[in-house]
Amino acid sequence: MTIILTAVLFATLLGALLALVIGVTAKAFEVETDARVETVTGMLPGVNCGGCGYAGCADFAKAIVEGRTIPSQCPVSTAVNITRIAEYLGITAGEKEKTIAVIRCGGSCAVTVRSPYNGVGDCRSAALVAGGAKGCDFGCIGFASCARACPFDAIEMRDGLAVVHPELCTGCGKCVDTCPKNLIILTPAAVDVHVYCSSPEKGAIKLKVCKTACIACRKCVKAADSETQMTVNGFLVTANYSNPPLPDLVEKAKCPTTALRLASQHAAGAYEGVSK
Amino acid sequence: MSDKPRKFKGGVHPADSKALSASKPVQTAPLLGKYTVIVHQNIGASPEIVVKKGDVVKKGQLIAKAAGFVSVPLHAPTSGTVTAIEKCPGPACVSVPAIEITADGQDDWGLPFEPITDWQNTDPAVLKQRVLDAGIVGMGGAGFPSHVKLSPTKPVDTLILNGAECEPYLTADHRLMLEQTEDVLLGAAILARILGLKTAVIGVEENKPDAISKLNGVAGKYNVTVQELRVNYPQGAEKQLIYALTGREVPIGGLPMDVGCVVQNVASAVAVVEAVIKGQPSIERITTVTGEPLVNPGNWRFRIGTPVSKALELAGGVKYQPAKLLLGGPMMGFAQNSLDVTVMKNTSGILLIPAGQVSQYTSEPCIRCGRCVECCPMDILPATISQAVENERFDWAEQLNVTACIECGSCSYSCPSHRPLNQHFKRAKAEILAAKRKQQKK
Repeated sequence: MTIILTAVLFATLLGALLALVIGVTAKAFEVETDARVETVTGMLPGVNCGGCGYAGCADFAKAIVEGRTIPSQCPVSTAVNITRIAEYLGITAGEKEKTIAVIRCGGSCAVTVRSPYNGVGDCRSAALVAGGAKGCDFGCIGFASCARACPFDAIEMRDGLAVVHPELCTGCGKCVDTCPKNLIILTPAAVDVHVYCSSPEKGAIKLKVCKTACIACRKCVKAADSETQMTVNGFLVTANYSNPPLPDLVEKAKCPTTALRLASQHAAGAYEGVSK
Repeated sequence: MSDKPRKFKGGVHPADSKALSASKPVQTAPLLGKYTVIVHQNIGASPEIVVKKGDVVKKGQLIAKAAGFVSVPLHAPTSGTVTAIEKCPGPACVSVPAIEITADGQDDWGLPFEPITDWQNTDPAVLKQRVLDAGIVGMGGAGFPSHVKLSPTKPVDTLILNGAECEPYLTADHRLMLEQTEDVLLGAAILARILGLKTAVIGVEENKPDAISKLNGVAGKYNVTVQELRVNYPQGAEKQLIYALTGREVPIGGLPMDVGCVVQNVASAVAVVEAVIKGQPSIERITTVTGEPLVNPGNWRFRIGTPVSKALELAGGVKYQPAKLLLGGPMMGFAQNSLDVTVMKNTSGILLIPAGQVSQYTSEPCIRCGRCVECCPMDILPATISQAVENERFDWAEQLNVTACIECGSCSYSCPSHRPLNQHFKRAKAEILAAKRKQQKK
């Protein structure tokens, strides 16, 4: 009996002593944290995509509280959320144009020539051994490296082609560096017209390997409201994002290869089976 | 040197399948109407094109000049007219710039160089300049400019000629050593003079006994020692050959000259003889056209720029539909998706593989059997590195010395889980290089 009592007593005393030590050290070595950082972190999306340029949402929150950046640098948060953060901290939200990613290739398996490939299922690995096993040297390889990198599941692999869903894309830019063919660019979200081709080759060479390549026929350039809305660069036409064409251009231009597309319609699959 | 055949640590033993073409004497391919010469045939900088469309060229005339130290000039394979300078399918399945020459049928030598018959008394610097001017590269497969290897910045005491030809199926170097034995040895002697050496050693795998005995018969005349090597892939890899012949290990990230060695392929040595003695630039090479589906596999002397489709025609076409076309051997060769790709200075073989030998595997998890570690000739840990790469931990892969990998493919060959180890390492090396370049820019 006494053994048990001694043991209980000893354990209680030891516990009390250690609690005292912990209590004292916690007070003596306390690190001051700004409580607002935690609150702001809670208001952020918490996906840690890195689109703001900081290591994650908590790091970004700290930067906002310390005044090193502004809340609108977060590409993911809705406007309402950003205003809430700004109001909470009593600062201005600032303005940042919303961007979305565009994968400038329309070459799905149905419209391009492909050779069999049996190796690592990653675009960056495939690009090293056979240029991607696809007829076009510049097109989407189709092993979903960008789709795997997307924290928002905004990229769908459809028939060997990566397709961005504009309504899901936040413009964080995580996919941009994963593409070994540099097909992905961030464009203003307000622009819906894009040229889904990146090959600088001559039209005839492109058509041999892909039915939906831009052949630089300039129909879209002529049909545009102003000549500067589309930029011709060698054998490739691109939308001029600083003076963007209007969505009705796709209807007006009647692109013979359907390389000129609306991002929203492209995601919905409207152009599949259209290319001749 | 001992008489016992030597080898390095590790390696694998794939079926060598050399019997298909080993007994076929080298034939000279007939003159074609058109050659498409790929401009970038060497490791290093791509040469600068010096001709334009419509130009009339002589055989052996300069058509692209070296752009920098690690670069070689390119010469016309025959006389004719430059009909196009545009892109054509390249060896890595990506279109590359090429010069198309339509032959005039005369095959006139422009003779760009003065033959140097008295090479024993010629300044080594002049001989080295000739090696550069002739556009000679490592013809075993890598295509590394020979003159760069002949300009060591450290003292060199051993010249090694590489006649191992360890890749299965290939017999081009075997036939060369058998039919042009004296040229090979003369090449060794000229190379030795350029390096300021008196002797050279030539390493040959013991599966070529006829070549070894023929070499032994005349080697003494040229102060060359012939050393038999055990049959073991990758015996012909530079660092493995040096280890087998001298017992010296090239340090990681180092070059053969760090251990006092220079290695040259036997075909490159013959190219040196042609450049020095006959004054002819490097515009042709012996290539093995082989594979079970071919009617008549063999060895041919092709001009550079010969389309693969023509080479296959010479070999009698196919008996049945092959499943894969490779440039080079089955271990390190490049799979092709076009028959329009053309023979280059480093195309040692054109190989067709039947469907039964091309397996479609999926990569399974590593079972830690350690076979890849045992066979790795560079003593790195393929299993661990592949896991680092799968997790995109390239920093970890770098710590594990993935950059030492020579991409011989022994690990992928021996892996029972069919893991694409070699491809993982290619990726890791590319990522590490890209990261280094990025850092240098900053």
